[in-house]
Amino acid sequence: MTGQAQDIAGGMAAYNFAYLDEQTKRMIRRAILKGIAIPGYQVPFASREMPMPYGWGTGGVQVTASIIGRDDTLKVIDQGADDTTNAVSIRAFFQKVADVAVTTRTREASVIQTRHRIPEEPLTASQVLVYQVPIPEPLRFLEPRETETRKMHALEEYGLMHVKLYEDIARHGHIATTYAYPVLVDDRYVMDPSPTPKFDNPKMDMCEALQLFGAGREKRIYAIPPYTRVVSLDFEDHPFEVQRFEEPCALCAARDVYLDEVILDDKGGRMFVCSDTDHCEERRAAGHRGHLAAEEAYATTEAAQ
Amino acid sequence: MSGPREDDQPLLSVRGLGKRYGDRVGCRDVSFDVWPGEVLAIVGESGSGKTTLLNCISTRLEPTTGAVRYRLRDGQERDLYEMSEAERRLLMRTDWGFVHQNPADGLRMSVSAGANVGERLMAVGQRHYGNIRGTAANWLERVEIAEDRIDDRPRDFSGGMRQRLQIARNLVTGPRLVFMDEPTGGLDVSVQARLLDLVRGLVADLGLAAIVVTHDLAVARLLSHRMIVMKDGAVIEAGLTDRVLDDPQAPYTQLLVSSILQV
Amino acid sequence: MYVAVKGGEAAIANAHRLLGDRRRGNRDLPSITLDQLVGQLSLAVDRVMAEASLYAPHLAALAVKQARGDMIEAIFLLRAYRTTLPRFGASLPVETGEMVAERRVSATFKDLPGGQVLGPTFDYTHRLLDPELAGDGEVDAALVSETDGDPLMRVTDILAHEDIIESSRGAAGDTPLPEEPSGDLTREPLEFPMQRDQRLQALARGDEGFLLSLGYSTQRGYGRTHPFVGEIRMGEVEVELDVPELGFAVSLGTIKVTECQMVTQFAGSAKAPPQFTRGYGLVFGQSERKAMSMALVDRALRADEFGEDRLAPAQDEEFVISHSDNVQATGFVEHLKLPHYVDFQAELDLVRRMRGEFEAREAADLETDNASREAAE
Ligand SMILES: Nc1ncnc2c1ncn2[C@@H]1O[C@H](COP(=O)(O)OP(=O)(O)OP(=O)(O)O)[C@@H](O)[C@H]1O
Ligand SMILES: [Mg+2]
Ligand SMILES: [Zn+2]
Repeated sequence: MTGQAQDIAGGMAAYNFAYLDEQTKRMIRRAILKGIAIPGYQVPFASREMPMPYGWGTGGVQVTASIIGRDDTLKVIDQGADDTTNAVSIRAFFQKVADVAVTTRTREASVIQTRHRIPEEPLTASQVLVYQVPIPEPLRFLEPRETETRKMHALEEYGLMHVKLYEDIARHGHIATTYAYPVLVDDRYVMDPSPTPKFDNPKMDMCEALQLFGAGREKRIYAIPPYTRVVSLDFEDHPFEVQRFEEPCALCAARDVYLDEVILDDKGGRMFVCSDTDHCEERRAAGHRGHLAAEEAYATTEAAQ
Repeated sequence: MSGPREDDQPLLSVRGLGKRYGDRVGCRDVSFDVWPGEVLAIVGESGSGKTTLLNCISTRLEPTTGAVRYRLRDGQERDLYEMSEAERRLLMRTDWGFVHQNPADGLRMSVSAGANVGERLMAVGQRHYGNIRGTAANWLERVEIAEDRIDDRPRDFSGGMRQRLQIARNLVTGPRLVFMDEPTGGLDVSVQARLLDLVRGLVADLGLAAIVVTHDLAVARLLSHRMIVMKDGAVIEAGLTDRVLDDPQAPYTQLLVSSILQV
Repeated sequence: MYVAVKGGEAAIANAHRLLGDRRRGNRDLPSITLDQLVGQLSLAVDRVMAEASLYAPHLAALAVKQARGDMIEAIFLLRAYRTTLPRFGASLPVETGEMVAERRVSATFKDLPGGQVLGPTFDYTHRLLDPELAGDGEVDAALVSETDGDPLMRVTDILAHEDIIESSRGAAGDTPLPEEPSGDLTREPLEFPMQRDQRLQALARGDEGFLLSLGYSTQRGYGRTHPFVGEIRMGEVEVELDVPELGFAVSLGTIKVTECQMVTQFAGSAKAPPQFTRGYGLVFGQSERKAMSMALVDRALRADEFGEDRLAPAQDEEFVISHSDNVQATGFVEHLKLPHYVDFQAELDLVRRMRGEFEAREAADLETDNASREAAE
């Protein structure tokens, strides 16, 4: 190292446990507490510049960094999977800056940070689910102005939200929102559940776990305390319904779970497998077999030879 | 039917209302009452303060002085500017209507006609798609818009249709008081006549009270029971429409009547 | 045959190793030094410091090197480092009137005390590629004349003397400076409408290109303000910190800044007499383009103060401030490359279903057509 390079390396600050300084964590925890006290309300907070890009989970990372302790076990998923690159990257970040235990097992985790999915396994009172949120404002695409949307929330003026659903039905015959499907929390605030598929919406209702939502770029935190009513918006004669898959998981035969479509060739060959990779592995470990699972075992042996 | 006792009392009372824009006077010391089911016209030349006054009494613009009291459905009389913003906004989307001169200001231009009419119903908690759509279709018919246009957007409507759609959107929650600022302003004469007919019919059928701003004395004559005449921000004459137009007292009103109604 | 995609960790590690290799490039050439960057690509270093809101030339140079010359990436790196720094306090406002100016030009007066000082500018260079620079030829030393060292009077102060420009304290002229220290955009949640101090902070770290385009749009009529460059000055200013224990301010050193004061028209209102108004730009380092753009946008955003209609994008505070930060913008635009297949699956399912319904309707229509034709026959 040259003298100058040494100066720079020596002069740079060392990072605190879980990256953020304690004052910042306290500020974020205050925002979280306020969010818990007013379920579904978006609390502005002084989001920090994080060492990963805005839009890549900086809100979720700040929330996790503020609540995680040395005894916690962290699970990070993206699209339901622990091994998607951004989930891997965020997990590695916390291993590096907080040296916490990590797991892929939903049941073993005390803090689960997620992007786009809620685990299939029901969560428990000893767990916290942290969502990464890109756009926290459910009214944003109906009204782009923050000053106006805040007023609409304050005065509970949500007619516009139903106008959107009405338009869907008038145009398509049914509600055409498939993800980031708006919900009413505790009979008061309309909330964006983050871009989870609406398949996951029912899991938020009366959930035993604390659910926290962090939007870094938009500088908002909100929360659903345990056992809170979360209702997906709908019409009486066009009730909310979730997507149903016609076939079970090709690997573990699970039904009533969310599936990823996997393209097998360029001739329309495809298979459907659990989006929640941990759920799928657990089921297979317990002996459940889908119609392509045998082949998989065969392929593995073949590869081994 | 509500008892006669209630009709004895004004729906809206304006007292000593004034609005200044810096040094300029928008309107000053205006007082009048509006009774249930009554149509009041506010007339006067351009710049006389009509729009200012209408906006002040409909809580769209905070007055500098004076009070506006409104009788709620439960008979209670409230000062509009002492109500919370939430209460005022609820009033505006349930008990009141506001018809803008330019329909684009009062409509959602990129949302279907059905949703435009249905929005207020959804805002007050209706959650049955079929019923909302049925009511919207019904209202489109009442304002003479063909039912098969229900899924079209106001962008694709003519000026007259847009104005009729705006009226339907306002009346769907059965308001008791409707404010209109030059409702026929941007329309050509034959379209104006048809719209005025329609408004007159609706107001009579529904027993609505209405406050209509216009600079056109013919509109006032056709629609209103009573009228007030404004000049330089102040009311210079008020009375039954026929009386004011046939026997104007104030010299300015005389001038106005003679210059316009000569035909 | 399906094999679940595993090994994300290894893939990431390998990608980063490749990145390191490409960044280093040809090993036969010496690695570029931070001193070289600070000395010879100083305007790049200045831009990174300005938009990262951290005055640290060598760290900015490190960021430029680490980012392989990608400016927004470098800004991002320096900002992520900045967040972790403790805050000791707030300096006193820098006194740009006391600046040791390397450059100072005014477009509003032909001559003025201290004169026009061109300084190290690209202005009036002919933009012809210079083959000499491809090599390592001798470069003439600069000619520097001895100055008397007196600070240069600010052009806006000359106008202020005559009372024909608004006070730098705001449109109303006599509003005192606020008692409380200026807000800190990086420490407090942003809420609209903003105070001017926070708005200026946001502009100072806003993307140069974005502000340039917005400033340009005001010149082309989208929120016109009739601007004149009252003055641009660039040079070293002293940064001082009040230390309560000592009872006086201590100097922390000097920083280079560029300041632009735009003088713009205003007809006057019922409350205020006709006078010129100001748009203000202040940027770390040498960046005239940014300082001028910032001043134009600052003035456009003050439309409400002067009772001007807010119709153009540059006058719309929520629009401008929400989209001026290039680190936020690049993160959100680039996040589109993250997997979205869960949501896409949901959309796929819906489109397939809707297509199915559409085809069923078509088929049904066809059948009724046929049936009625048969009936007619
Ligand atoms: N926002 C404003 N700021 C300053 N002055 C205003 C404003 N709005 C209206 N005025 C002034 O108040 C006075 C009354 O204006 P108003 O719009 O109420 O008149 P009006 O009777 O509705 O005219 P018109 O028939 O032309 O619509 C006019 O002198 C007008 O210039
Ligand atoms: Mg008017
Ligand atoms: Zn499975």
